[in-house]
Amino acid sequence: MLFYGTELSSPLMLGTAQYPSPDILSETVKVSGAGVITVSLRRESANLRAGQAFWSLLQDLNVPLLPNTAGCHTVKEAVTTAHMAREVFNTDWIKLEVIGESDTLQPDVFGLVEAARILTEDGFKVFPYMTEDLVVAERLLAAGCEVLMPWGAPIGSGRGLNNVFGLRSLRAHFPNVPLVVDAGIGLPSHAAQAMELGYDAVLINTAVAKAADPIAMARAFSLAVEAGRLGREAGPMEPRDMASPSTPMLGLASLS
Amino acid sequence: MAPSPEILVRGAGVAGLVSAVSLAERGAHVTLSEIGDRVGAGASWMAGGMLAPWCEAESAPDIITQRSVSAVEWWKAHVPETIINGSLVVAPPRDTGELRRFARMTSHFREIGASEIGQLEPDLGDRFSRALFFPEEGQVDPRKALEALKTRLVSLGGTVCLNDTARHDDRLSESNWDYIIDCRGYASRHQRPSLRGVRGEMLLLKCPDVTLHRPVRMLHPRIPIYIVPRADHIFMVGATMIESNDDRGITLRSMSELLNAAWTLSPAFSEAEIVDIGTGLRPSYPDNIPAVTREGRTIHVNGMYRHGFLLSPALASEVCDIIFGVEHPQTS
Repeated sequence: MLFYGTELSSPLMLGTAQYPSPDILSETVKVSGAGVITVSLRRESANLRAGQAFWSLLQDLNVPLLPNTAGCHTVKEAVTTAHMAREVFNTDWIKLEVIGESDTLQPDVFGLVEAARILTEDGFKVFPYMTEDLVVAERLLAAGCEVLMPWGAPIGSGRGLNNVFGLRSLRAHFPNVPLVVDAGIGLPSHAAQAMELGYDAVLINTAVAKAADPIAMARAFSLAVEAGRLGREAGPMEPRDMASPSTPMLGLASLS
Repeated sequence: MAPSPEILVRGAGVAGLVSAVSLAERGAHVTLSEIGDRVGAGASWMAGGMLAPWCEAESAPDIITQRSVSAVEWWKAHVPETIINGSLVVAPPRDTGELRRFARMTSHFREIGASEIGQLEPDLGDRFSRALFFPEEGQVDPRKALEALKTRLVSLGGTVCLNDTARHDDRLSESNWDYIIDCRGYASRHQRPSLRGVRGEMLLLKCPDVTLHRPVRMLHPRIPIYIVPRADHIFMVGATMIESNDDRGITLRSMSELLNAAWTLSPAFSEAEIVDIGTGLRPSYPDNIPAVTREGRTIHVNGMYRHGFLLSPALASEVCDIIFGVEHPQTS
C-alpha cells in the first residue's frame, strides 16, 4: 500500500518523544527498522528553530520524517504548526492532530475535517489522527486525505484496540485506503492484532519509549508487526464453535 | 608537578564550584572566573537541588545512580543545611499505573500507605493512599548551597572573580595556568558541538498554608512534577523538559501545567504567592550523561543535564584524579 505515492520500508511508525536520551532514541529507531518516525513541534521552538539540535539528530537517522501537530487544540493552531513543520523539516507530510478533550486527548473530529481541508488545499499530504468513526473517515477522504489514522485507544494509554469491530469495519469499507492504528498500542501483541486486521501500519511511541528497555521493546514491536502482517497474508483459519481434533483418530487404543 | 598547581575554573555554576572547592581541598591554587554577577547564575539557579540518586533511576541509566550515591555525603560534609530525610513519590488515584512503573524502574524505597504518608507529610495524608518513600535521599537549597561553596573556596585561599569579562574570551591563553577547568555549561557549546540545551521551566511559590518536609514527586503520564520545600514556606515547583535551546520566558502552557500540578498535590497551594519564575537550559550530551573530557591542559566538565547537584562531586573527584594522580604534564 502506498502512502501518498511512497512505499514504506516497514509498517512500523515510531514516535520520538519521551526517550531517556537522544542516544537511546537513535539506537531504538535503528533496531526497530521503523519505516517512518514522527516528531512533534512545540510552537515556541519552531519560531526560533530552537529545537534544531534535536531535529538534526532525527534527520541524521535517514528515516522518513512525519511531523505532527501534537498538542494543538484549534484548527488555527494546527494549521500554523503544520506550516512551521513544512518549513523546518522540508516535507509536505503532516500528521494532523486537533485535540478535542484534554483528559482523553481524543480528536475534535469537526476541527480535524476542517483543518484537513485547509491543509490539503495548501498542498499538504495529511495523515489525520481520528476516531474509528466511518462517517468521519468519509469526510476526511472527501477533504482530500489519502491516509487515515484511527486510534486504538487514547494516546499513551497502552490499552490496545478498544473497538475491534469498528476498526474491522473501517478496513472493510475502505479496502484501498492506507490505514494506520495511531494511538493506544501498549504491547507487541496489540500491534500484531492491528496488522492481522489488515491495517497497513501502526504508530507506537509511549509503549517503546517508556519500556524499561526501549531498544529491546523496539525489536519486539518490529517482530510483532512482521508476524501480524504475515499472518494476515497467509490467510487465517475461520474460528469454529465446535472442537475439531487436529490429531487423526487412527490407531487410538480401544478401551472397551 | 608543583605542590600547588595554578588552576583556572571557568563558570561558577554547580560544576565549577564543586570542582573548585574539591581542587582547593587537594592543595591547588584556584581562581574561579564567572561572567555573571553572582555564583550559580545559570542553569544551577533553577535547579531543584534534590539529592535523589535512586529516584533518578526512573529515567537515567544505572551509571548515574552509581556515581551519585556519594553525592549525598559530599553535600552533607560541605553544606551543613543539607537535609537527608528522604523523598516521596505520589500519583493521583487514576494514575497509579505511573507509580507501578516508577517502582519497577527504581530501588531503595518502600511502599507506604495513607497512614504513613500522613505521619511523614501531614498535609498530604488524606490526599494519597499510596506512595513510594526513598528514605536515604535528601536535598540542598541550590542558591544557598552555592553561596556556601563560594565562602568555602575563599576560606581555602581561592579567588572568586565575578563579572569577569576579561577571562571570558574563548581564545584565552592556556599558558598562564597549569590547568583550565571549563565548567561553563551550555555557554561552551561552541567548543563542545555535541552539546545541546534542554529547556526547563520552574516556579517558586510562597505558601504559609502548606508545610512539606521533603521533596515530593507527583507522577502524571504527561506532566510529572516535583515540589521541593525550601525555608520560610517557599516551594520550588519544577520542571519542564523540552528539547529546545530557547531560553525566553515561561510559556502559558508550561506555567498552567506546573500550577495545576501543585494544586492537585494540595489545593491549599491555591492561595500561594508566585515569587519567582525561571527558565534555564540544561547543558546535555546526546546520552544525557555528564562527562569529564580532557584536551591538553583544558578539562571540560559538562553535560550536567538534570544531574548537576548529583553528579558534580563525582566529576570533580575525577578531575582531581587527573590533576593529582599519575596522569599530569611536567610543569616548569
